[in-house]
Amino acid sequence: MSPESEASLKHTALSQAHRQSGARLVDFAGWEMPIQYEGILAEHRAVRADIGLFDVSHMGRFQIQGSDAVPFIDWLVTNDVQSIEIGQAQYNTMCYEDGGIIDDLLVYRLPDRILAVVNASNKDKDLKWMQEHTEGLDVQIDDLTEQTALLAVQGPKAQQLLSRLTSADLDQIPYYRFTQAEVAKSWSFLSRTGYTGEDGFEIWLPADEANKVWQTLLAVGLDLGVKPCGLGARDTLRLEMGYCLYSHEIDQTTNPLEAGLGWIVKLDKPDFIGKEALVSQKAKGLTRRLVGIKLEQKHTPVPRQNYPIFQNGEQIGSLASGTISPLLGIGIATGYVPNEFAKPGTNLVIPMREKLYEAKVTRMPFYKNGSIRRQ
Amino acid sequence: MNKKMERIGAENLPPEDRRYTNEHEWIIVDGEIGTVGITDFAQSHLGDVVYIGLPAVDTLVMQMGQLAEVESVKAVSEVYSPLSGEIVEVNVSLQDSPELINKDPYNEGWIARIRIKKPSELDNLMNAQQYHSFIEAQEEH
Repeated sequence: MSPESEASLKHTALSQAHRQSGARLVDFAGWEMPIQYEGILAEHRAVRADIGLFDVSHMGRFQIQGSDAVPFIDWLVTNDVQSIEIGQAQYNTMCYEDGGIIDDLLVYRLPDRILAVVNASNKDKDLKWMQEHTEGLDVQIDDLTEQTALLAVQGPKAQQLLSRLTSADLDQIPYYRFTQAEVAKSWSFLSRTGYTGEDGFEIWLPADEANKVWQTLLAVGLDLGVKPCGLGARDTLRLEMGYCLYSHEIDQTTNPLEAGLGWIVKLDKPDFIGKEALVSQKAKGLTRRLVGIKLEQKHTPVPRQNYPIFQNGEQIGSLASGTISPLLGIGIATGYVPNEFAKPGTNLVIPMREKLYEAKVTRMPFYKNGSIRRQ
Repeated sequence: MNKKMERIGAENLPPEDRRYTNEHEWIIVDGEIGTVGITDFAQSHLGDVVYIGLPAVDTLVMQMGQLAEVESVKAVSEVYSPLSGEIVEVNVSLQDSPELINKDPYNEGWIARIRIKKPSELDNLMNAQQYHSFIEAQEEH
């Protein structure tokens, strides 16, 4: 093993396991990650019908401690962290002073600390931003990414599989709640969270236990149809649900209000970074909105990020994300359009390969039959 | 369909009855007509094909000029013509069932038929053994 250098890729604790499973590996945010095993469509369908297993250990994991931990995080993010109960997780955005988004993240509240899960591609940026804002506060931030792993078990049979490997009563973990639990004889934080629109869990565990737990899940779930799933399927699944992905639907040039994330922006909080800009935006009214876009016919080229959006012969925007929906068999996409074209049913045109393809603004999620348990 | 094309047995042995390009296309020659498709290696690296851009009949193609476009969720890929010629037929069933390219790349997944212009160009193509060695060298892990 050669020593890590700037140029070499990082590996999760499951790197060997991915190779053994025949994964096609790519560089994602400096990590060597599986993009697919059997194939994106097969893996996507497995998650919707049975269970998919994802290694998401590349995502950044931080621990924030100290007597000022809660107010510190509350000041940095848009949702109301003070209101999070112990054992509860909360979706958040972290913004600059101008309201542009630094990252979207999940914040978990424990009795004595806060845990945060951030995008792999933003980890260094987020950590630096957080460190820069600790002055005068009793706050310690630890980067736990390398010493832990994160697995996602997603699908209608996810609970059935996990119940075989833990004595924790999984029915006592509602959506967006988590608990400490032993899974396949390993210590873990088990949360009913995910990025697929199906029921499922994410398992935060020590890095040196990850391979054992991964192999056990695959073996014990064989009769339930469990499949290892890569980042390719992760993307098609989240897009069917209309979930945001940083550097597509959201980035530093977009604010959470126009991204449709107003529900996690609590403008009545005393203060947070970006509050003034967002209050002002809301008062002025949004000039553009993120919308879902669905093509009108099947068997078209794949709509992709940056493809232009036309309306009445003029370009009004460009796609943030796009794919062919495995479940719907038709092109689906997202993009920002001027407010006047954001109404569902609005006719759009997406030019691809020198042909004009008709599309309509569509409410998200595109896929509505997920097993996700929403309380 | 004037020739019965045999299904391949072992997954990783390219069929002997055709020639191959270094861009992973194959061609079966029957008189002056060549049938073109992409190899099993190509389809497996492409992923699930969701769209194919077929050429118009009567289009002229050059050896290793663009013949068609196939698209998977991951990427768009060009398909090149193994020989120069004129397109006489395209496999329209691929438009509604692009996944045929993945399922049966050497038979049902054929892409186009050309009237061959310069048969001597065959010398520039690999036979099954040569193509097999070529892809062995390509495989990373």
